[in-house]
Amino acid sequence: MTTPPPHIEFQDVTISYGKEIALRDISLTIPEQTIFSIIGPANAGKTTFLKSINRTLEFEPNAKTKGTILVHGTDISRIKNVYSLRRRIGMVFPLPVGLPLSVYENVAYAPRRAGIHDRQELDELIERCLKQSMLWDEVKDRLNLLGTKLSGGQQQRLTIARALSHKPEILCLDEFSIAIDPVTTMKIEDVLLELKKEMTIILVTNLVQQARRLADHTAFFNKSKMIEVGPTEKIFSNPEQQLTHDYVTGDFG
Amino acid sequence: MSKPDTNNPFAITVNEVRGRNVERLVRFITLGMTWALILPVFFILGFLLIKAWPALSVGFIFDNPEKNMTAGGIWGPLIGTFMLIIVSLLIAAPIGILAGVYLNEFARDNWFTRFINLAVVNLAGVPSIVHGLFGLGAFVYFFQMQRSLLAASCTVAVMTLPVIITSTKEALASVPQPFRVACWNMGASKWQTIRTIVLPNSISGILTGVILQVARAAGETAPILFTGAMISSRIADSGWAAMVPYGLEDRFMALSYHLYIISTQWQNVPESFKFGTAIVMIGLVIAVNSFSIGFRIYLRSRKKW
Repeated sequence: MTTPPPHIEFQDVTISYGKEIALRDISLTIPEQTIFSIIGPANAGKTTFLKSINRTLEFEPNAKTKGTILVHGTDISRIKNVYSLRRRIGMVFPLPVGLPLSVYENVAYAPRRAGIHDRQELDELIERCLKQSMLWDEVKDRLNLLGTKLSGGQQQRLTIARALSHKPEILCLDEFSIAIDPVTTMKIEDVLLELKKEMTIILVTNLVQQARRLADHTAFFNKSKMIEVGPTEKIFSNPEQQLTHDYVTGDFG
Repeated sequence: MSKPDTNNPFAITVNEVRGRNVERLVRFITLGMTWALILPVFFILGFLLIKAWPALSVGFIFDNPEKNMTAGGIWGPLIGTFMLIIVSLLIAAPIGILAGVYLNEFARDNWFTRFINLAVVNLAGVPSIVHGLFGLGAFVYFFQMQRSLLAASCTVAVMTLPVIITSTKEALASVPQPFRVACWNMGASKWQTIRTIVLPNSISGILTGVILQVARAAGETAPILFTGAMISSRIADSGWAAMVPYGLEDRFMALSYHLYIISTQWQNVPESFKFGTAIVMIGLVIAVNSFSIGFRIYLRSRKKW
């Protein structure tokens, strides 16, 4: 089996907010069309990791990045048009956010900004995204409903649909399932395994078993440092670090 | 006493009695203060209305002052004040709103931004007579607008800007940050996010700030005293020339100044005329405000969360 080419590379990346260091000396490679999961306790720098990839970290005052982040071999800090980078990355954060627009317009937001105005093309795209996020059956008859009026779990799936709407090549999911019921979560997990053929998925999760089910590679972060990274099976069954072992077996702290 | 009554588990405890009494007291005080606020308003309006009653008629509003302002109506000052409101807000609203958007959405938190914010707050505390003198120096003489509707409008605009800027910032800040982050994550630029999400959901709050300034533009006498208001000017009695009697470069009559003149400087003006002028001035402010409030209710009904 040939190793897929690297999609995202972190080279000695250190990120700090003022004097507080959020990530220290991270070096890792995420291959194309795989699911890469990041596990670790709160405050380990997982969310900062995701924000650094699409450069929304720049909106945080005082955030400073050292080191190099490469996407397809391009140093992202040198990309002049940051929007072209963000369009290629779908981002889902743990807080469900329905934009104050209709369900339809929520998902159509990014495609419209990208210049897609053809009604039929939009309709098909939106149906596909909502089906992939397992929301279609619940909202297909009320696409004009306000996104903010949906329940928390539905809004979370709406957020996933939005992240998929601009056909990203990288999908970042940060605790996507905390507001979603277990049955629907399993269905979305199946979709993610399908989507893997089209995109690279980075999955930040507190559910270590979810990482085990889905991920090809897993990294364990703790206190701003990456403790260990490797094939998921190895991290779970035969980790090199005692700390990793304790965490995945629930013997942590 | 604090031992619970074993026979009745729902019996009220000492703490609950105290809590209930405090609750009643607070309710009574806040209600009393609300009445203390409302009663003077009704008293002032009622008093003005009774005193003005003999003068009030359709002719009082639509006729021009006659015989040294001792007869006729107040159409000239009324339309002058109306034009002053419109022109000054046309100047102040775009500048104030756009500056507010910059300060809340784009500006980084550095010493320069803080300095601007401090300047805005201080500008809001400058007395109106100082604005009037500034307008005289800056607009009338330096920019050579002469004493005119334009110079007076610019002066009033400068006076109203700080509140418009501040209320715009407040309204924008009330839009939850996650909405913006969600848009940025989809590759939308800051301006696209502002245009599609932030402004549509804060416009009613922004308008509130603008509405509050209508009353100031109509009521303040000092800023227009040296910059464009005049005691008396002959304008047409009917037709288009009566509807829009003043050009931007003309001096104009205004209700606030008119009221000041006929109350303190003029002889033989019927008392009901003074009160009538006051009532019409309040009525004009209420009319402009109700239009804006209606517009705001319409916008708020479309607010999305």
